Amino acid sequence: MKTDFNSGARLSLDRLAPGDAGVVTHVEAHDGIGRRLLDLGFIPGTPVRVVRRAPLGDPVAFELRGSRICLRRSEAARIFVEFARAAEDAS
Amino acid sequence: MSEAVSPANPLRLGLLGSPNCGKTTLFNGLTGLRARVGNYPGVTVERREGALRHARRSAVVIDLPGTYSLEPLSPDEAVVRRVLSGELSTRPDALVVVADACTLERSLLLLAQVLREGLPTCLVLTMTDELAARGGHIDLPHLERALGIPVLGVVGHRGLGLDALRSLLAAPERWTRPHLLPPADAQARAGWAASVLDHVLHRRPHTSRLTEAVDRVVLHPLAGSALFALVMVLFFQLIFAWATPAMNAIDEFVAYAADAAHAALPAGVLADFVAEGLFAGVGAVVIFVPQIALLFGVLYLLEDVGYMARAAFVVDRLMGRIGLEGRSFVSLLSSYACAVPGIMATRTIPAPRDRLVTILVAPLMTCSARLPVYALLIGAFVPAAAIGPFGLQGLVLLGLYLTGSLSALAVAAVLKRTLLRGEGLPFYMELPPYRMPTFRLWGTQVWGSVRAFLRRAGTIILAVSIVLWVLLNVPRVEAPPGASAAEARRHALEHSLAGTAGHAIEPLIAPLGFDWKIGVGLLSSLAAREVIVSTLAQIYAATDEESSLRQAIRADIDPRTGQRVFTPATVAALLVFFVFALQCLSTIAVMRRETNSWRWPAFAFGYLLAIAWLASFGAHELVSHWT
Repeated sequence: MKTDFNSGARLSLDRLAPGDAGVVTHVEAHDGIGRRLLDLGFIPGTPVRVVRRAPLGDPVAFELRGSRICLRRSEAARIFVEFARAAEDAS
Repeated sequence: MSEAVSPANPLRLGLLGSPNCGKTTLFNGLTGLRARVGNYPGVTVERREGALRHARRSAVVIDLPGTYSLEPLSPDEAVVRRVLSGELSTRPDALVVVADACTLERSLLLLAQVLREGLPTCLVLTMTDELAARGGHIDLPHLERALGIPVLGVVGHRGLGLDALRSLLAAPERWTRPHLLPPADAQARAGWAASVLDHVLHRRPHTSRLTEAVDRVVLHPLAGSALFALVMVLFFQLIFAWATPAMNAIDEFVAYAADAAHAALPAGVLADFVAEGLFAGVGAVVIFVPQIALLFGVLYLLEDVGYMARAAFVVDRLMGRIGLEGRSFVSLLSSYACAVPGIMATRTIPAPRDRLVTILVAPLMTCSARLPVYALLIGAFVPAAAIGPFGLQGLVLLGLYLTGSLSALAVAAVLKRTLLRGEGLPFYMELPPYRMPTFRLWGTQVWGSVRAFLRRAGTIILAVSIVLWVLLNVPRVEAPPGASAAEARRHALEHSLAGTAGHAIEPLIAPLGFDWKIGVGLLSSLAAREVIVSTLAQIYAATDEESSLRQAIRADIDPRTGQRVFTPATVAALLVFFVFALQCLSTIAVMRRETNSWRWPAFAFGYLLAIAWLASFGAHELVSHWT
């Protein structure tokens, strides 16, 4: 499940693997759901780390702004990040 | 403004914060056990207010629903905004924003929105002990200067800092106001929050090592799923089996008290009414208390420890298939014991549509009140044969359970795609760090739920039980001379209002193979499903419910046709009817309380009755063909 992107690649948050980290660049916030993602702290410039996926693969837990928030992958797909760091091989 | 506050009009303080921030603990600490619980008009949101204890000035604390944003996505979320604008109740004189010190970074985003409301505002940081334990440090005096409003740190569950907070709350007119309001735009707001944090957050708390270690097991694909299954089995066992001794004890006590009252009063209508109507009605309410207390005891414990969010995280994918979410699962599972606590457990579901759908399908989960009915009919009519290693009777029972559960899922899926369609809220949930629960807070929450049930649903249940008694006993017709007591009872029932109604609805239920006697049973089972057993026992003048009633219904011959009343087709139809129909006024009362209107209980009753009738008719036709 290891992702292999170059640092700086832009991709949606649902494509990151557990342990990967990135910085939010853009959120599709044209509707209420998107604005709620902003309110939860997914604001451009925010560092985000994927903590883990649920046993069945969805939802996914993210760490940002000092708290852990779960989103379904469909909603995570509206958040775009600049890929910063892949999961360490140990994990 | 706040200067207008006089001693006659107590100060109104709004308590605001995101979920899991320790707001409830703080509310209980400030107000004690004396919160007034109600509903906001037109929405399902609970309204909690309490007098501020030990304050220099009389003040009311309003516990506003937990929210991450003041920008509402649903009518329920709009409650916070509407309270702040004074639309739902008197506008608060001042606001207290509660924030978890460990997640201050995110809480500042909400604070920024609140400050723009222009009311005197202070910030209370909770869990400052946890912040220190996790190596974090926030400079509170600096934070106060950076924000321009009063800031206080507390440890809510130990009551530390509450005295200082009480004196602060007594004089909001003296609170400092920010020189500049935070920006309105989300991006600029984040910049504002970052610049505030730069000044005050000297050390960021590291992630809780305990939480990290526990989560590695609790959320592990295999171990986590196994643990989830184990917790749910224990939970189910607890409310299904372990509440039974207490419920039996209450049942026996109520029966004993009713007998005593009957004996003490002069024989007649009054004695009958007190014993069978009033005491039975009170009993019908109190009987639920052990289950509700146990259910909420475990629910709040799992919630306070931090497991509930994990359970929802584990099971969300499955519930997502039918358009619900992880938190609906617990409620549906509880409904196997009883839909009443199951429906009350939906309060943990934040999306109003998901919550409503869960409430509407909860009665389809096979509750324990159906068991006596199933036991009677299966015991009397299904042969104790074996199919391979399985007993036929057990298989039929399993089939009834499965039919109910699968229908609940199917109806939920249909409702989410039709009547209650709509984008609604996204699924989001915080995974809080694991914490030791505080016994006091836990006790307060459990007692609050029991009290709310007794007060709001209990009154309706009691009233309807009394009405039903009247229907079953009025008018009182004297039996022909020489009749035995049991025959006299049967005669009185047949000529009561309910008996007349049973005859009246015969054309409606005849296609299902039911006669007037089953009709009276169905009418009386509106009070509670298992009542049909005792009603049938009275109609068949059976001396004891178990063996002689079985024989009596097996032997009953319809005088008009000369055929048996309980044919296999009729039995199948009756079983199927009980799978679907919402014959439980306690459930209806609790639906009314939780949805805050009669519309949804009426809808649930109607759609379940329609399904019950159609499915019963289908079962009757099918079995008639085969036999």
